[in-house]
Amino acid sequence: MDFTHSYFNSIFWPRIRRNRLALFGGSVVITLFIISLLAPLIAPYDPSAINAFKVLSHPSWQHWFGTDELGRDVLSRVLFGARVSLKVGFVAVGIAVSIGTVIGLVSGYYSGLVDATLMRLVDIMLCFPAFFLILAIITFLEPSIWYIMMVIGLTGWMGVARLVRAETLSIREMDYILAARCIGCSHTRIIFRHILPNAVSPILVSATLGIAGAILTESALSFLGIGVQPPTPSWGNILTSGKDYIEFAWWLSLFPGLAILITVLAYNLLGEGIRDALDPRVKR
Amino acid sequence: MTTYLLKRIIMLIPLMIGITLITFSVIHLAPGEPVEMQMAMNPKVGKEAKERLTKFYGLDKPLHEQYFSWVGKIVQLDLGRSFSSDNRPVLDKIKERLPVTISLNVIAMLLEFGLAIPIGILAATSRDTWLDKGITVFVFIGFAVPTFWLALLLMYFFGVRLNWLPISGLHTLGSDSWGIFHYLWDLAKHLIMPIMVASFGSLAGLSRYMRSAMLNVISQDYITTARAKGLPERVVIYKHALRNALLPLITLLGFSIPGLIGGSVIFETIFAIPGMGQLFYQGVMSRDYPVVMGILVIGAFLTLIGNLIADLCYAFADPRIRHGEG
Repeated sequence: MDFTHSYFNSIFWPRIRRNRLALFGGSVVITLFIISLLAPLIAPYDPSAINAFKVLSHPSWQHWFGTDELGRDVLSRVLFGARVSLKVGFVAVGIAVSIGTVIGLVSGYYSGLVDATLMRLVDIMLCFPAFFLILAIITFLEPSIWYIMMVIGLTGWMGVARLVRAETLSIREMDYILAARCIGCSHTRIIFRHILPNAVSPILVSATLGIAGAILTESALSFLGIGVQPPTPSWGNILTSGKDYIEFAWWLSLFPGLAILITVLAYNLLGEGIRDALDPRVKR
Repeated sequence: MTTYLLKRIIMLIPLMIGITLITFSVIHLAPGEPVEMQMAMNPKVGKEAKERLTKFYGLDKPLHEQYFSWVGKIVQLDLGRSFSSDNRPVLDKIKERLPVTISLNVIAMLLEFGLAIPIGILAATSRDTWLDKGITVFVFIGFAVPTFWLALLLMYFFGVRLNWLPISGLHTLGSDSWGIFHYLWDLAKHLIMPIMVASFGSLAGLSRYMRSAMLNVISQDYITTARAKGLPERVVIYKHALRNALLPLITLLGFSIPGLIGGSVIFETIFAIPGMGQLFYQGVMSRDYPVVMGILVIGAFLTLIGNLIADLCYAFADPRIRHGEG
């Protein structure tokens, strides 16, 4: 781990520090973490407190983002919505990356029939329009945040698998792997101790970009009413009422959408920044 | 070329089998019997429907028998009957919706490529200038905008605020009796926003891809040669470089099909367009399993066919494959 540490200090950090866009993305991501942790403290109102006297009121000093059709404070709901998107992003991508990494490693290392079979599985999964597959699976399950995360993860590992496979194919041919074979390391040990640590950079990049994708998918599902169910606030389901009241309340549509836009943009910028910083071909 | 074509078609067989296997396992994903689930979720569906479902999927038989009888029906294009009150064959329902979705997506795709190619060339040829940076910013924002939110903003701005464009459906009520030009103008007005939303989704990615493909080609030796022999920059870019930069875009055309079909659920639902996406969404909401499973299979097959067409176009466009042993 000493190696990783010095690599971080000597190459990765100096490079990413000079990339202003990546730093912006990183700070937004950290801010979102803080918001999700402290949502009950910083939200000005209880996100589910109904106020019949303040239904659909315009943004004002009391309610910065206005109120919704039940008089609930939109700012507080957007702040609490950050929790959902963070949870979905990390858990779904965690599942996708774990599956994709294992399949990619096994496929690239063993090659032959194993590789052919696993790569056909990837091709088959890629034939399904992802959104169709997710919706179809959810039809058979109760809509809940846990199922959403699982399903997004189970339908999103193919890209990671292909990347890791390609990386494994080139690492496998290196001399130190041959050396490890010669001193009698088992296949499992070679795959997880010798190949995996060197394939970490593409995994890290696609995980960061994957979180952005998972957040977009979750918000679309919640918007369609199949994702996170009310009264739990999520950016997608606030936008559902935004659509219903589009003729009277623009603020219901504008603010949660901006929250999604900024969050997804931040993860994408961070991901691209990490890619540039880890890529040995990019010289600065 | 013929061997290549044959190879590609033979490759489709395991993929098709895989598609049916995955769809089949989705049906069995539900905890407990799907029929029980159906009864619990939707008490309106009576005993008769339960019997029908059990019979169609053969749920009382062993798994492998269920699979083979189901695939046997799919091969004969029998997707079962819808659970909704009209009780019509799923295939008929899909057939009447499919043309709307396909034509919308084809128009969106043409628009997408028509815009992305010039944007990509522009960014690549003016690399590192403010124009390139501006396009990069647009691309990153484009990646991050949720399409359904864009739809909402357009609806609010052009539909509610300015009242220029209709916000739902394909026709104004009573437009059937209008003259042909008036009728088409009305249809076009209804289509503007959905097509904008549908094409915006992949516009950003495509332009980015076009930019890097172009940059990649421009850095090659034959471009330096073309410049060295004194050809005007216009000829170098549009005649020598563009042809090779467009090649990988053909593959991308195939890859973008599932995204387009999947995206139609969102814009068809928001703009109330009677296409396959809306049918799928209605099926999901009313737990109309035969419709959902039918569209899932059809959607995957459409992607497969789209990919095949893209591959063939690629082979046709690239003489290395066209004249090679394949």
